[in-house]
Amino acid sequence: MTVMQHIWIVLGVLFVLLNIAAGLIWVERRMLALWQDRLGPNRAGPFGILIVLADTLKLFFKEDWIPPFADKWIFITAPAIVVGTVLLSFVIIPFAPNIVVADLNIGLLFFLAMSSLAVYSIVLGGWASNNKYALLGGMRGASQMIAYEVFMGLSLMGVVMLTGSFKLSDIVAAQKDMWFCIKQPVGLVVFFIAGIAETHRLPFDIPESESELVAGYHSEYSGMKFGMFFIGEYLGITLISAMTTTIFFGGWLGPFLPPWLWFFIKTFAFIMFFILLRASLPRPRYDQLMEYGWKLLLPLVLLNLLITGAIALWIRG
Amino acid sequence: MISHVRTIWLTFLHLFTKKVTIEYPEEKVKLHPRWRGRIVLTKDPDGGERCVGCYLCAAACPVDCIALQATEDENGRRYPEFFRINFSRCIFCGFCEEACPTYAIQLIPDFEMGEYNRQNLVFEKEDLLINSEGKYPGYNFYKVAGINAGVKGKGEGEQEEAPVDIHSLLP
Amino acid sequence: MPVLFYISSAIAIIATIMVITRYEPIHALLYLVVSFMAVSMIFLSVGAPFVAVLEVILYAGAIIVLFIFVVMMLNLGSVTAVQEKQWLKPKVWVGPSVLTLLLLVELIILLFRGSNTDMSMPPVEVKRVSLTLYREYIIAVELAGFLLMAGVVGAAHIGKHTKKHLHRFLQEEKPTIADLPDNRSEIPIEKDKKELAEPVV
Ligand code: SF4
Ligand code: SF4
Repeated sequence: MTVMQHIWIVLGVLFVLLNIAAGLIWVERRMLALWQDRLGPNRAGPFGILIVLADTLKLFFKEDWIPPFADKWIFITAPAIVVGTVLLSFVIIPFAPNIVVADLNIGLLFFLAMSSLAVYSIVLGGWASNNKYALLGGMRGASQMIAYEVFMGLSLMGVVMLTGSFKLSDIVAAQKDMWFCIKQPVGLVVFFIAGIAETHRLPFDIPESESELVAGYHSEYSGMKFGMFFIGEYLGITLISAMTTTIFFGGWLGPFLPPWLWFFIKTFAFIMFFILLRASLPRPRYDQLMEYGWKLLLPLVLLNLLITGAIALWIRG
Repeated sequence: MISHVRTIWLTFLHLFTKKVTIEYPEEKVKLHPRWRGRIVLTKDPDGGERCVGCYLCAAACPVDCIALQATEDENGRRYPEFFRINFSRCIFCGFCEEACPTYAIQLIPDFEMGEYNRQNLVFEKEDLLINSEGKYPGYNFYKVAGINAGVKGKGEGEQEEAPVDIHSLLP
Repeated sequence: MPVLFYISSAIAIIATIMVITRYEPIHALLYLVVSFMAVSMIFLSVGAPFVAVLEVILYAGAIIVLFIFVVMMLNLGSVTAVQEKQWLKPKVWVGPSVLTLLLLVELIILLFRGSNTDMSMPPVEVKRVSLTLYREYIIAVELAGFLLMAGVVGAAHIGKHTKKHLHRFLQEEKPTIADLPDNRSEIPIEKDKKELAEPVV
């Protein structure tokens, strides 16, 4: 691949991702509305799609307020961290056989590393706001994300065992005959649940639960800084959906259609599922979430790991 | 766990149900006849003002948004000299309508009265007075009232006996 | 890639110096994160991606977050910053720094003189690390496992509290004066009085 091609891929991925993240504003509102028997935004532009523009403009024109009691520099950096880490995670995702920014040997670990760094945005945002609700949100976010990172990593190890590689293109190639969602159903479920907790999406949006903590860790944020958290959340959804597709649903593999289209269709289905979850499930209590993680998911995923390892060894010899 | 999956599935099915949204400007909301909306002053069948300027509505109003000044014409018929309702304070409780003895003040099913300027929400009598009998057609207060205010003579009203000649009562 | 190595080493050193000179604990911890990431970059530049990523996942991603978590809970404000300023007097840090500088000078001399020893080592594969761990050092791994398990059990024991929120009427009754036999009913009260009357030493 020449340097020029590389730059084009980077720019293309960035462009598509940011557009998807913005477009999800509209998709989410429309779909949520439909699932709640409403119509949703349908005024601005065809099917109301220009609400994306209106919303972004609104965010740009809002007063960008930094509270005088906040820790200024950390307050400013926190929203950038979430977008930065999530965008960096996309580096390793193979969208199609040749469309990948960097097919690292340690791709999966890189993804885990980036998602573990994303915690900082919540923790620091919550701390720097110097506000009790933000602080509570930040602390919840920290413990939730650290805990669920463990299960996320462990749930992927079954796939790694079967493939024998951390490289995502190898993982996709290994699913030629059978997708890993059939071989690793437990891994899939745990990964997806951990993914929801990791992106702190509903129903696990405990760090920002607006009914008890105002808006949690971003209570004090306004304007485009809040917008960054917003975009970061949508990018996170896209990332987890793309990862689920790549790891468990055969990535770009599929008959007839071009590979990239397959990838987008599958990813989009998972994004829809994220939104459906938001529309249907209530938020658990904080201790319930933790108990659920440590007492149910952890034993489950360890058992899965043990059985997968045993079977893999047995088959190999 | 099963119940969660069931919830998700049932929510998904709502994609195909009929939506409850009323797309307002194109599609009007169906308001009921007794819906409490914009306040009007009505006229009686003869075209005269119903309001007699009794101040009962102003007294009943919990937010004190009605102001009026009663006066009389040459026949002795009372009417408000000015009648002012500040709709930016009105809470559409309907107490004024209940208090009114002449069915003059009425709340009608209409809510499209948004304004950009708050001052425009202060409605004067000429804005309030409509050329209609509102919800109580055919009712004419002065036809049943005992007083002669140029509508009918004393004792000529509906179900009204002629005034007793007090001289005939003398023993 | 020596350039990358030197850049990330420089960042690591600068960040570490910043860690020890910051007054605000959180700022210090953030520089520590930067330092860890720089170290991970060093690993990456010398061809050990696995260790590099583990460094980020474990140290930067989990342990420092826990540190920050604790600092957040402690609510260290500007008061601690002032206190830190008072503590960080030259009297305190000059001695250790001079000694460390001497060590650094020694290191540099050694580096320039002893060029005969080969510093570059072949990158170690993950497989070899694991095989060594689980063959030769299996006892050490198991012992470490025991230690961690003990830690987990201890944490669970400390964190666990048997909640007993009985209503006050349902709680075990303490003997009241009325329950005591008649002839002793006065005694505890007198004793109480005596104790009160005695001066507290
Ligand atoms: S509806 Fe209620 S608030 Fe409005 S003018 Fe009548 S009495 Fe006053
Ligand atoms: S509107 Fe009715 S209650 Fe109000 S002053 Fe006129 S007659 Fe009286």
